[in-house]
Amino acid sequence: MKSLLRLRPYLARYKRTLLLGLLTVVASNLFTVAQPTFVGHAVDSLKRGLETNNLEQTDLLFWAGAIVLFNLIAGGFTFLTRQTIIVVSRKIEYDMRNDFLGHIQKLSLSYFQNTPTGDLMAHATNDISAVRNSLGPGIMYPTDTLMTFTMAIAVMLYTDWQLTLLAMIPLPLVSFAVYRLGKLVHQKFEERQEQYSNLTTRAQENLSGIRVVKAYVREAHEIGLFRVMSFDYLKKNLVLARVQSIMWPLMFLLVGFSLVITLYVGGLRVINHNLTIGQLTAFFGYLVMLIWPMIAFGWVINILQQGAASMGRLAKILDTEPEIRDTATTDHAISHVRGEIEFRNVHFTHKGANRESLTGIDLTVPAGTTLAIVGYTGAGKSTLVNMMSRMYDVTSGELCIDGRNVKEIPLQALRSNIGYVPQETFLFSDTISENIGYGTDNGTDEHVQEAAEISRIAHDVSDFPKGYATMLGERGITLSGGQKQRTSIARAVIRTPKILILDDALSAVDTYTEEEILKRLRTIMKGRTSIIISHRISTVKDADQIIVLNEGRIVERGSHDELVDLGGIYAELHRKQLLEEELEQL
Amino acid sequence: MTDEEILGKAYDTSLMKRLLKYLRPYKWHVVLGIVLSIVVSSMEAVRPYFTKIAVDENIANGDHEGLLFTALAFLGVLVFRGLIQYFNAYLTQWIGQKTIFDLRMQVFEHLQNLGLKFYDKNPIGRLITRVTNDIEVLNEMFSSGIVMVFSDVFTIIGILYFMFSMNWKLALISLSVLPLLFYGTFLFRKKAREAYREVRIQIARINTFMQEHITGMMVDQVFNREAKSYNQFDNINAAHRDANIKSIFYYALFYPGVDLIGAIAIGLIIWYAGVEAIGGTVTIGTVMAFLQFNEMFWRPIRDLSEKYNIMQTAMASSERLFKLLDDRTMIDDPVAPVPLNAVRGDIEFRNVWFAYNPGPTDAETEWILKNISFTIKAGETAAFVGHTGAGKTTIISLLGRFYDVQKGEILIDGVNIKDIRQKDLRKHISVVLQDVFLFSGDIASNINLGNEAISFEAVQRAARTVGANGFIEQLSNTYHAEVKERGSTLSVGQKQLISFARALAFNPAILILDEATSNVDTETELLIQSAIHSLLEGRTSIVIAHRLSTIQNADKIIVMHKGEIRETGTHQELLAHGGIYYKLYQLQYKEQETGSRPVVQIGLRV
Ligand SMILES: Nc1ncnc2c1ncn2[C@@H]1O[C@H](COP(=O)(O)OP(=O)(O)OP(=O)(O)O)[C@@H](O)[C@H]1O
Ligand SMILES: Nc1ncnc2c1ncn2[C@@H]1O[C@H](COP(=O)(O)OP(=O)(O)OP(=O)(O)O)[C@@H](O)[C@H]1O
Ligand SMILES: [Mg+2]
Repeated sequence: MKSLLRLRPYLARYKRTLLLGLLTVVASNLFTVAQPTFVGHAVDSLKRGLETNNLEQTDLLFWAGAIVLFNLIAGGFTFLTRQTIIVVSRKIEYDMRNDFLGHIQKLSLSYFQNTPTGDLMAHATNDISAVRNSLGPGIMYPTDTLMTFTMAIAVMLYTDWQLTLLAMIPLPLVSFAVYRLGKLVHQKFEERQEQYSNLTTRAQENLSGIRVVKAYVREAHEIGLFRVMSFDYLKKNLVLARVQSIMWPLMFLLVGFSLVITLYVGGLRVINHNLTIGQLTAFFGYLVMLIWPMIAFGWVINILQQGAASMGRLAKILDTEPEIRDTATTDHAISHVRGEIEFRNVHFTHKGANRESLTGIDLTVPAGTTLAIVGYTGAGKSTLVNMMSRMYDVTSGELCIDGRNVKEIPLQALRSNIGYVPQETFLFSDTISENIGYGTDNGTDEHVQEAAEISRIAHDVSDFPKGYATMLGERGITLSGGQKQRTSIARAVIRTPKILILDDALSAVDTYTEEEILKRLRTIMKGRTSIIISHRISTVKDADQIIVLNEGRIVERGSHDELVDLGGIYAELHRKQLLEEELEQL
Repeated sequence: MTDEEILGKAYDTSLMKRLLKYLRPYKWHVVLGIVLSIVVSSMEAVRPYFTKIAVDENIANGDHEGLLFTALAFLGVLVFRGLIQYFNAYLTQWIGQKTIFDLRMQVFEHLQNLGLKFYDKNPIGRLITRVTNDIEVLNEMFSSGIVMVFSDVFTIIGILYFMFSMNWKLALISLSVLPLLFYGTFLFRKKAREAYREVRIQIARINTFMQEHITGMMVDQVFNREAKSYNQFDNINAAHRDANIKSIFYYALFYPGVDLIGAIAIGLIIWYAGVEAIGGTVTIGTVMAFLQFNEMFWRPIRDLSEKYNIMQTAMASSERLFKLLDDRTMIDDPVAPVPLNAVRGDIEFRNVWFAYNPGPTDAETEWILKNISFTIKAGETAAFVGHTGAGKTTIISLLGRFYDVQKGEILIDGVNIKDIRQKDLRKHISVVLQDVFLFSGDIASNINLGNEAISFEAVQRAARTVGANGFIEQLSNTYHAEVKERGSTLSVGQKQLISFARALAFNPAILILDEATSNVDTETELLIQSAIHSLLEGRTSIVIAHRLSTIQNADKIIVMHKGEIRETGTHQELLAHGGIYYKLYQLQYKEQETGSRPVVQIGLRV
């Protein structure tokens, strides 16, 4: 339960409202507790009237009016309670959800690579809801219970302490049973919940990969898998139902014992004239009034436990220190970069990987020049460029931009000067123009069109019936592979970045279009730094500097001609990309 | 109006009829559940009756033994009732769970059968909600909902019976507040419904936003859009909060309101008891029983309005579910399919016209493919080249019948693919898709896709053929190394190799490579080419690639331009032709060839 203490800052924000809320709980209880006494008085005066044949109508009317009036007042306070405490719980939910997003926005790429999206979704929705759920009732009911309990018991003891004690015997059992059963229910509930999230994840995987499933006729297999998981979920639900179903009948039974005792013992006492019939009626009223707090008591403890468990899970995320962020050494005076990049003996190992992905990288890219990177699959090219925008931080060594360690440059300043086209295109399910304009703060339609022109997507867009307003599907499906890539290039270009990074960003584009794009890029990137990763010689040959990566090391570097003459990996690559008949002519 | 905005009435006959069909296999269970509920409710109604007997007969006459007897009888009823209640609660849950299991499987199976056209339009997040959330909601209706509604109604009827049989005037008096209650409830529902709809819309927005921005977090960060996204989210989040606060307001009014009406009823009972008492028709026991009845009467009524919410949500959910189940955006198998056991691999497109979104008339349609005709003979390797967006991927989607053509026909071994069952057709075709997708799991299961007919050796062989064994064996668990969501911890080229190995492991008659090696280095690519050379012997293959070195050996190169075939021929023929292919070729090679490289000069002159 300790994890709930983390909520203090949130609660503090609304402490006045909460205090007011607590006062209304007390007030509404005061007015509620009085009511059974009134009923008792009414019954007694009715009895007296019947026995003496001299009924005081006004007396009855008085009590009836008092009941209605008190209920009205109590209701008013209950209304206020909900309007304060429950409303605050919604406000806190809102604050927490914002904070949650704000926090994960700061977490690094490797965190997301290693955490399933579904899990984060579950935390953002279910866990925050569970915490909220524990807040409203968690504050309201303990107060409520305590109030009702003390007041009702006080009145009952005052009326007839012996009967009270006897009638009370089963009641602690109620709380105990709710608490113990609740614990069991909670445990079974968590098991069920876990299976539910497995089921959700399964559905998510299946639907995201539906194209593969269909292409390989795996539907039956997928259905089989899903059936097994669904069935397991069914079984877990039934186990939960078994324990949950005990709860209410048991509760009613225990409360029923109380009623039976009251009826019998109370009845005897009425016969013996130790108690009036009206008092007995009031007694029943109070007992009924106590049922709910008794149940609520056990229940609240459970809700609080669930809230605490959820808060614990959230805390784990909120306590994950962003690995990549501005620190004390950050020099906030820096707002621009020129674009000189220098790697000094950089080593890097991916989180969870068993070997280095980059080893002893020494590299200088003068501002305004073009660097091309080639190398085998998995050589570390993407990893290398991802360090420039600090998606990863070096494991050892140093990466400098404009001669300053990247860690000294504010992230905001660094990244806003970088235009990055990732190897795998990610587009949002929004319009094409929103997707392109995404790269900038003040993208007018002209800017968007200009960028689209440079990346050669403009022509395709003009063929679409809705032009730039065309909505894309999730991740950009409904565009062809090359169209997606070019949209992604436009998104980077519109930033007019000091450093432009193309990570194999032309792989899905034909050579003609590629050449057109490169030609335009050369113009706009004049005086700016470009980093190009490609497997095509035609793409990289004009770079000022070409490096060849192999198993995380730079094994060759130089210009196209130098490397071809060197006769190493690059020259071999070059030779292999020539066509056969050319080779025959050699 | 999106599906999320469907509000649903609390009761819709045609929906209900359809829902009840799912209960049919369990109809006897349902009957039993209802009978038990009635038993429980009637025992509930008996309770105040015991009080009356105790007060009026036992206590009034000072009958100790009678009182004890009444108390014990009361206890017996309580225990018996508890047992039945327990059994019934479990029974209803069982019914609900069984029913939604059936429904969930039906929806999932249906999703598997829907065509890609459907998936182009429907965000996955929403579909997941259907399979999980929407069905979960129905659980409540099937279990507590239907049976408990009966129980509540019977409780109310039972109480009414006892009330009227004890004292019909007092009964009428205590019920006189009902119109007030109904009117209040009516008002409340109207408001609460609107608030509820708003909440639902906002929840759906929150989920969609979160999902998209968590998966695209890297893009957000690298384009430092965090603050903007945060603000965007803040707006949605605030709308969600406000919608909830609105609904709290209505509930805050409603519950005390119901209580107040209950208190008025108590007041009326007391007052009227006084009036009647003068005539001597009311006993103290009756008054006490009535006070308890009043208390008991209010609970099911409150419950019923809770049930109302359950029903309303259930109706809305079932409407969405049925809409999904009724969606026939799927490609139907022929009634009399031509069996396709072995495939030679002749492929023919005959005057194929195709559009993803056909217009109302041919003239208004934006054709993606226009009058495409070509043949690929069994055992041949054909290559498609052309500018991006020319329609290459579309052609292969059509070949696997992921979409149906509007005009023309596609034949495999001379059989129209519309006459073949899709399962049979696709069994013979392996496609390496341009967009690589890996499942979470391990490497091996990503290659065999859980197909037990593919042995571990076959998996390894396939990986070796595409040169993926190198990096796989360096992973800590080799073939059983964990693959994270979408393969996020592998390099893009590595993912492509795995997806390539998958295609080979399925050992197809027709192999289709759509940019299968676009992110793979040339060295590895050539290795693959020579490795699959013998494998391709006697099989038909189709290759799409922008790197011309990849396709130069193809038996036939088909050049596409804006949805049309412009040139067909071998590498040599096409170069000699001097058309689009020649231009593409020139672009890729001319500059390498300028300067001191003699090779290049020669190449250019071809
Ligand atoms: N699912 C879809 N829904 C609607 N339009 C689509 C869909 N898929 C592709 N298109 C459109 O069809 C056209 C042809 O796309 P296709 O994917 O066949 O091109 P491609 O030749 O494979 O291009 P690339 O070389 O870029 O992969 C494009 O204009 C594209 O926008
Ligand atoms: N998040 C990660 N966690 C663990 N290992 C990783 C991660 N990302 C990449 N790797 C590994 O690091 C190595 C380098 O990956 P990287 O993506 O930099 O290669 P690349 O040169 O860009 O390859 P490609 O040409 O296929 O894109 C690979 O062996 C890859 O499996
Ligand atoms: Mg890469």
